[in-house]
Amino acid sequence: MRKYIKYAAILALGLVACEPEFDESVEDDQVYSQGDASFENYVAVGNSLTAGYADNALYIQGQQNSFPNILAQQFKRVGGGDFTQPLMNDNLGGLLLNGSPISGNRLTLSLVNGMPAPTPIGGAPTTEITNTLSGSFNNMGVPGAKSYHLIAPGYGNAAGVAAGMANPYFARFRSSENVTVIEDAIAQNPTFFSLWIGNNDVLGYAAAGGAGVNQQGNLDPSTYGSTDITDVNVFASVYSQEVDALAASAGGGVLLNIPNVTSTPYFNTVPYNPLTPDLLGDQIPTLNATYGQLNQAFAFLGVPERAIQFSTTGASGVVIHDESIADLSVQLTQTLIGGGLDPQTATIYGAQYGQARQANANDFMVLTSSSVIGTVNMDRVAELMGAGVPEETAGQLSVNGVTYPMQDQYVLLPSEQEDVATATAAFNQIIEGMAAQKGLAFVDANSLLDRVATSGINYDGGTITSEFATGGAFSLDGIHLTPRGYAFMANQIINSINMTYNSTIPNVNIGDYSGGPAIGE
Amino acid sequence: MIMKKLLFFAVFLLAASVTYAGGYRISAQGQRALAMGHTGVAVVNSAELAFFNPAGLVYLENDLNISAGVTGVMSNVKWQNSNTGQFSETDNPIGTPFYFYASYRVTDFLSVGLSAYSPFGSVVEYPTDWAGSHLVNIIDLQAIYIQPLISIKISDYFSIGGGPIFATGGVNFNRNVNRTLTDEQGNRSNVEVDASNITNWGWSASWMFNPTENLRIGFNYRSEIILEAEDGEAVFSNVPDSALSPIQNGTVGFDASLPMPAEMSVGLSYEFCDKWLFAFDYNRAYWEAYKDLNIDFAPDDVPDSSNPRNYKNASTYRFGLQYEALDQLTLRAGYYLDESPVREGYFAPETPRNDSQGFTGGLSYQISKRFALDVSVTYLRFKEVDASYDYYMEDGTNVPFGGTYKSNAFLGGLGVTFNL
Repeated sequence: MRKYIKYAAILALGLVACEPEFDESVEDDQVYSQGDASFENYVAVGNSLTAGYADNALYIQGQQNSFPNILAQQFKRVGGGDFTQPLMNDNLGGLLLNGSPISGNRLTLSLVNGMPAPTPIGGAPTTEITNTLSGSFNNMGVPGAKSYHLIAPGYGNAAGVAAGMANPYFARFRSSENVTVIEDAIAQNPTFFSLWIGNNDVLGYAAAGGAGVNQQGNLDPSTYGSTDITDVNVFASVYSQEVDALAASAGGGVLLNIPNVTSTPYFNTVPYNPLTPDLLGDQIPTLNATYGQLNQAFAFLGVPERAIQFSTTGASGVVIHDESIADLSVQLTQTLIGGGLDPQTATIYGAQYGQARQANANDFMVLTSSSVIGTVNMDRVAELMGAGVPEETAGQLSVNGVTYPMQDQYVLLPSEQEDVATATAAFNQIIEGMAAQKGLAFVDANSLLDRVATSGINYDGGTITSEFATGGAFSLDGIHLTPRGYAFMANQIINSINMTYNSTIPNVNIGDYSGGPAIGE
Repeated sequence: MIMKKLLFFAVFLLAASVTYAGGYRISAQGQRALAMGHTGVAVVNSAELAFFNPAGLVYLENDLNISAGVTGVMSNVKWQNSNTGQFSETDNPIGTPFYFYASYRVTDFLSVGLSAYSPFGSVVEYPTDWAGSHLVNIIDLQAIYIQPLISIKISDYFSIGGGPIFATGGVNFNRNVNRTLTDEQGNRSNVEVDASNITNWGWSASWMFNPTENLRIGFNYRSEIILEAEDGEAVFSNVPDSALSPIQNGTVGFDASLPMPAEMSVGLSYEFCDKWLFAFDYNRAYWEAYKDLNIDFAPDDVPDSSNPRNYKNASTYRFGLQYEALDQLTLRAGYYLDESPVREGYFAPETPRNDSQGFTGGLSYQISKRFALDVSVTYLRFKEVDASYDYYMEDGTNVPFGGTYKSNAFLGGLGVTFNL
């Protein structure tokens, strides 16, 4: 009897130990191959897009959904190691420098006057940039970095942040005050790298409506402002230094090119003609009567195309300041005086409308203009009152986009679009050439985001588009991606790596990543 | 000679397969029956008949018969998706279905009985926020049937039996609200529904026919019982604190119903070579009753949860063998083939059951004249299966959740039989 019980016990033990096992287990790395590359130590270098920036801030949840972090999770199926990120201190995203806020919290969609609108989430930010993190970080994405910043000594020195000489994000995790981003990346002995840089070399300019300078021909980047376009030769030089340095350390890598800024909702959401009869109401006759005088003067001066008129039946373009057209302030003032207007008013009109015109379909209004159009510009009111204009009249002349032309930073004019497009194309040629020369994987982010904008990308739960807030690809700042957008990029990077290195890394399901606008109060 | 027979028995045992069952049905209603592949509709052996065929109670030798036991169910489910490299496995607590059966002979032709057992239940626990967490994180459902019984001998050849069933049950179900919604800190928005002490009534009826001394034929039918949860509690948590959220944090009421399907069993047993008994049972579970799992949240502005299940009726084929090895020792083994009620495209991770094979074995040891110890072990094997649930809806689009599943279960049961 005892014997039988013993056998039964042995049998029972054998069955307990019998966990279900797959024929080919994903978990035990029996399914995928790393091909010719090694993903043991992956280091990602770049700007905000690499850091996981979204909703106008860097915050923990965004970082966890950064494309490099998504990639690293998939790399784990082919021998990839741990992936560390310089996580922010909270999910608010604001930065402190010596206790004072230097950047705002992330945007969330919340109800403002009953309408959903992107607004900074409430709460006091806790990320103090002078609290430097210890250790090295696989994600070397530094929001705001331009191509030449990655090899700029002192870019992570907190002492230079206030003066704009250093980057607050890099100050948080650099290994020493004078080290460069590339040096810190290489010190980790990466086996694989990604480099997505150059976006800010054009985006800074475009996002500011072309208010900066196209520095083509200026070979000294230390003289560039944050909203300038980088010289192509400067870009070529620093980019090849960076790729050389990374490729010398890592056996494999992937380069991404620069999307057209015009693929993003930041430039496509606010229409050039948001001024409807509903919005302007009974002001239209008064406005048209006032502009009627100006239009006669424009016709007299041979520029009838600058005529400004508000339709009583359809949408009308906003009034913009176009720095690319001839400044007719003086002539306009004289003409108006000749037409019988008092000199003071004529001088103000002349100055205000000397380079004004109504926007048309070729002008891109930037996203930030939406909260400005139709509001009274208090600075302008003060300016006019200082010049002796009565308050009521000053107010009437200071309605942004209606009576006061939208300033340069709110409009990307066709000539500025041209500058951006030319520089983007030149940078992209350099990036693709570098990838070919080094045998690195290459991802055409430019055409991919173009596809998102034009045809959309299907996934298991629908289609992602570049529609602001609801499209699923772009976060509430209109430039940076949602987790779903980053997951889409991660898949494209994986596909390119698989093709270049004969690996079989699996894609992620982008439907598992949030594409909805962040909501909160 | 005995050794040779034991060897034969062991081979049968190894060749045989497991006893858990399709859907959320539990096949662990008696250690003696379970050891024989959960056959019993035509086996007159112990008070376990109260479950398998009340009509047979009247043929038991003793006046008072009691059988009671509990089974430990260890089930494991692994899931992986080779398109994405995702994988997960359940960490299920040990389930403990139990039974208590008693019968008493009132007169030669009439026995009465009482039974309490847990015929339905399921505990599936995935890691929170796993890839399928929008379908289920944890489900724990259980139903207990309590049944007064009557067994009437029409003749030595034929008897009938049955009685009303009082069913009581509860369910706890936790899943994430959808695939992507989180609160401001990135915690996945979650809903947990809980309903307990749901009750309803049903019945069972059976007959037994003994055409020869060695052959018995049995039939049993247990009715469908629908457990309707009214005014259960659903708790939403980790929802972003915003008027734009589709739902708000807090507790709301809900109504839902879950069917415990009807089951018909028919089978035979045959005694041979003095000490051997062979049994065969055929079960038909009427799972078509399980069309969908709809959770109707009480507030109108909380979207109801519709989860089509569309189960089909399913059969189970059971084979058992018993050998009285010694005076005090009876050995048993069995095998069964259990068809899954889940249709293609409806394979939800909350009841990840494809067709399975059960391999069972066990023994009874007569400790004293009145007491016997009953032991059973069961190994339930599911084939590796590529399957998906295609009816999860997101913004009006069906979003399939699929992958490869591999499951098994191990049951170890202990029971006692008392005769007077």
